[in-house]
Amino acid sequence: MAATGISTEHNSVANLFESLNYGPAPEADNVAKAWLEDHGRDFGHFIAGKWYKPSDERKKYETKSPSTGEVLTATIQGNSEDVDLAVKAARKAFQSWSTLSPHVRARHLYSIARHVQKHQRLVSVIESMDNGKPIRETRDADIPLVVRHFYHHAGWAQLMETEMRGWKPIGVVGAIVPWNFPLMLLTWKICPALAMGNTVVLKPATYTRLTALLLAEICSEAGLPPGVFNVVTGNGAFGGQLAAHPDVDKVAFTGSTEVGQVLRRSTAGTGKKLSLELGGKSPVVVFDTADLDSTVEGIVDAVWFNQGQVCSAGSRLLVHESVQEKLVNKLKERLTHFRVGDSLDKTIDLGAIVDESQRKTIADYVDSARQEGAEVYQASISIPCRGCFYPPTLITGVQTVSRVVVEEIFGPVLVVLPFRTAKEAISLANNTVYGLAGSVWTENISLAMEVAINIKAGAVWINSHNVFDAAAGFGGYKQSGYGRDGGKEGLYEYVRPTWEDRARLDAITDDVIKTFGSTLPPRPAVSDSSTSDVDTPSVDRTYKLYYGGAQKRPDGQYSRPISNPQGKVVGIVGESNRKDVRNAVEAAHKAAPGWGKRAAHNRAQIVYYMAENLEVRRDEISKRISSMTGKDLEQSYKEVDDSIQRLFHWGAYCDKYGGTVQVRHIYNCKRSCPDEYPLLGFISLFAPAVIRGNAVVVVPSEKYPLVALDFYQVFDTSDLPGGVVNILTGDRDHIVKYLAEHQDIQAMWYFGTGQGSKFVEYTSAENLKRTWVNYGTNRNWSDPEQGQGEEFLYHSIQVKNIWIPMGDIFAN
Amino acid sequence: MAARNPGIEYDETWIQNVYINLPAVKRRAETLGTRRTVKKQWQAAWLLRAVSCIDLTTLAGDDTPANVSRLCYKARNPIRSDLIKAVGMQDKGKLCLTTGAVCVYPSRIQDCAKALKACNGTKIPIASVATGFPAGQTPLKTRLEEIRQAVEDGAREIDIVINRTMALTGDWKGVYNEVRLMREACGEAHLKTILATGELGSMVNVYKASMVCMMAGADFIKTSTGKEGVNATLPVGLVMVRAIREYYQRTNYKVGFKPAGGIRTAKDACTWLSLMKEELGDDWTKPNLFRFGASSLLGDIERQIFHYVTGRYAAAHELPMA
Repeated sequence: MAATGISTEHNSVANLFESLNYGPAPEADNVAKAWLEDHGRDFGHFIAGKWYKPSDERKKYETKSPSTGEVLTATIQGNSEDVDLAVKAARKAFQSWSTLSPHVRARHLYSIARHVQKHQRLVSVIESMDNGKPIRETRDADIPLVVRHFYHHAGWAQLMETEMRGWKPIGVVGAIVPWNFPLMLLTWKICPALAMGNTVVLKPATYTRLTALLLAEICSEAGLPPGVFNVVTGNGAFGGQLAAHPDVDKVAFTGSTEVGQVLRRSTAGTGKKLSLELGGKSPVVVFDTADLDSTVEGIVDAVWFNQGQVCSAGSRLLVHESVQEKLVNKLKERLTHFRVGDSLDKTIDLGAIVDESQRKTIADYVDSARQEGAEVYQASISIPCRGCFYPPTLITGVQTVSRVVVEEIFGPVLVVLPFRTAKEAISLANNTVYGLAGSVWTENISLAMEVAINIKAGAVWINSHNVFDAAAGFGGYKQSGYGRDGGKEGLYEYVRPTWEDRARLDAITDDVIKTFGSTLPPRPAVSDSSTSDVDTPSVDRTYKLYYGGAQKRPDGQYSRPISNPQGKVVGIVGESNRKDVRNAVEAAHKAAPGWGKRAAHNRAQIVYYMAENLEVRRDEISKRISSMTGKDLEQSYKEVDDSIQRLFHWGAYCDKYGGTVQVRHIYNCKRSCPDEYPLLGFISLFAPAVIRGNAVVVVPSEKYPLVALDFYQVFDTSDLPGGVVNILTGDRDHIVKYLAEHQDIQAMWYFGTGQGSKFVEYTSAENLKRTWVNYGTNRNWSDPEQGQGEEFLYHSIQVKNIWIPMGDIFAN
Repeated sequence: MAARNPGIEYDETWIQNVYINLPAVKRRAETLGTRRTVKKQWQAAWLLRAVSCIDLTTLAGDDTPANVSRLCYKARNPIRSDLIKAVGMQDKGKLCLTTGAVCVYPSRIQDCAKALKACNGTKIPIASVATGFPAGQTPLKTRLEEIRQAVEDGAREIDIVINRTMALTGDWKGVYNEVRLMREACGEAHLKTILATGELGSMVNVYKASMVCMMAGADFIKTSTGKEGVNATLPVGLVMVRAIREYYQRTNYKVGFKPAGGIRTAKDACTWLSLMKEELGDDWTKPNLFRFGASSLLGDIERQIFHYVTGRYAAAHELPMA
């Protein structure tokens, strides 16, 4: 119990009968301590199924219990040799693990689930000691979710051949996880990775290494083959070394947005897959039709779960102005009942902050609010004098400009802002660079659904917050990252199409970043073929740009001649600059909401109509392809026919998978590579994005853009709303540069050069737009497997999960 | 001690715009018992507090002076005297530990009075159910008369059932008027209104019934008769105590709460006490504002106290049955 110096008399049954005070209820730590002793309180890495301590004198890191300050054990600070050793072990294990039958992998995952369950109490205690979080949470939330994840993914392993047909494992996954849910979040990475046949090298966070090491030991006990799951410990730079290792095929990261950006830049252009689950500043939106008493408890779950150190913490309370005072008063009263204390005490609400540096960050934020003149409320409850604690905090009198409202605090701090209407609530909810989660509180189901759908976040809970399950993918939009952990949607982060091999490029160099896309528009040129031909010149064919449903003159008033293979100019196209990019993106944004709201059937009809209209112009467009590219006419006809078929393919998908909630994205498909398929490539890229409700800006083949421009007449005659597909022509790299740098584009597909791919990935880090690039490699667009595979759908959406706990019947 | 709740004029607006989200209520209910626990002497003290809040109850067709008398003696001596001595609760003078009340059918009140007198337990109030318990499907006139008779026979607390027909058909004013009359019929006796929540259909109705009874002057609101399909569950309790809090904030009157039916274990008792402490505060953890309607709960608590004192688990036959 806390060192309060209370006399025995005071704690007599008779006195307690009068006071009805709570007393200490410590969870026993004897088994946990014995486990630490078993290892001599000195841990190495766990590589290839064995403990590994390098022979030389490595630096040690002492891990502490934040609740007590007590040193728990020494761990090792690894270096690049250790990374190399672990990655080699994982690579070796991959050869056999990836070729095991799915059923055998399922058995392994099932066995791990069982073994973790057997050691559930030990794991819970270690996690609580190491992190400072309440034993109640590790016991009731973290570890049950860990077990659940293994069981769930044992299922996916079993089902891989049927459910993930056409996909194969990636190779070695480098996983880097944070300290807030040390074991749970690493499980979110390794479960899908192992289920899909990959092997893993994991780096736990510096502060919290113990449960990762314990899990490695448990996996070994469960019979997991050596090298399939390896744990190496070290500092942040060491994590960077793991991510940068050339033989790591995928980096899976959960942590801060800043580090996520660093990883995006350092892996740009290397052909590694990357998924990022980053920060958040999630809104809790409370309407006057909410059950306010239950909302108060929901807010406790939202922002005071795990000391507020939760990426999906509901840290911004947006409340209907008419009930603001009532709700705030209820919250203040609720906070007087909070118990803060030793993480192993079973009767506390709030444990310790993970480290003194984090505690100071939180305190600085709250001080900044005080200096701004905000009202900071902290109930007068007892806080232990020893250990690293921060009281639950409620801040009112702040606005959208306040630092505590804008930035992620990652602590037990809630800010409150009022709103007037549902529309304003949505605007406030989305007025953030993050998009990880949110919750909506109202008993009006229509309102709840509308607001939930309009909050741009990967998980939205109705009348609840911070509910997790292995079957529901978790992840963000905007600067909260991309990729999903959990559910079928999470599996795609750990597979690649069976036909595709990983591109291996070197990391990006500075000169590419500086010089990419800085080109000058063309000047007049006298070509040999332009003078000698005929007496009567043909009518000049000058295409404009196409955005917002209309032809637009390029802002720079520069044009570019397009020649056929014989060097004859067959048309003139506009030369786009950054202002044209800006305008096209604006047009796309304008169109996106309405397009996304259209019934799927209506979107399908429009895509089929495009196919119909293309069929009408089959002869003309085939000839155009032929004259432009020099292909023979028969091949050109085939390309048009393939294109019609592809429109049917995506039209067909329009209204399928209706059960998956999707969030509309502004996608910008940049295509250039398929010069050999100027029409089919164009259609293959815009169609899957558009059918899923996105609006796109497309840059057609630089060499043969004319058929794409011809196609805007097809758009216009097919009732496609203006702004859904926008076309920019000109210098490919130049346009790509400004698209990649645009902060209001959510995703970018790039099919071009290796250098361009690197640039796109590198530059995307700034606003963390999701990217899909080809690293300069070609695909066969006429092959359905490569030109219309499931990966197009995967890249066209990010799954959003909306939770609606239901039920109103409790008795007769 | 604070003044009795005199009730207020019926105000329809207090039961309009009531929003209850059952899944969220259930979540709070489920986590109450995981967020709080008491061990060692704290646990012993809490359990003894729970004993002091029990309305030790027998409500059966075959009740006779024999078992009613045994119940009264047990209410007077709820925990074996050597165990009470061992935990240092023997010298509490007038605070000598008894249950909160004994609770019986009206026809057994006189048996109680006799038995309590015999065992020097006259301080223990006799609570009587009334008003056509448990269904309440008898004419208002006889229901009111039943109350008057019970008070005359020596009941100091009256547990009435509300009119579910009126509640389910939305006649809240009708419910109010009846309870108001029942309160008048009680006189000095305290009025506990049983909502029979298991028959009210929705948590919104539970909340409205709670509010209407308090407006009509209930001293306690009580979950159930013990005869409905669903009795005292934590979610129902949460909705009711939140209504009590709201009523207190609006009127400054403290109304008590009595969960009844289905509370059998010592652990349940601690969870309920936590619920009261967390949602309403310490004032609502004492017998003047909190009661358990229970018959078998006491036995389990006595076993736990035995264990606290001896470190061993008791055999049932080592403890005096009620």
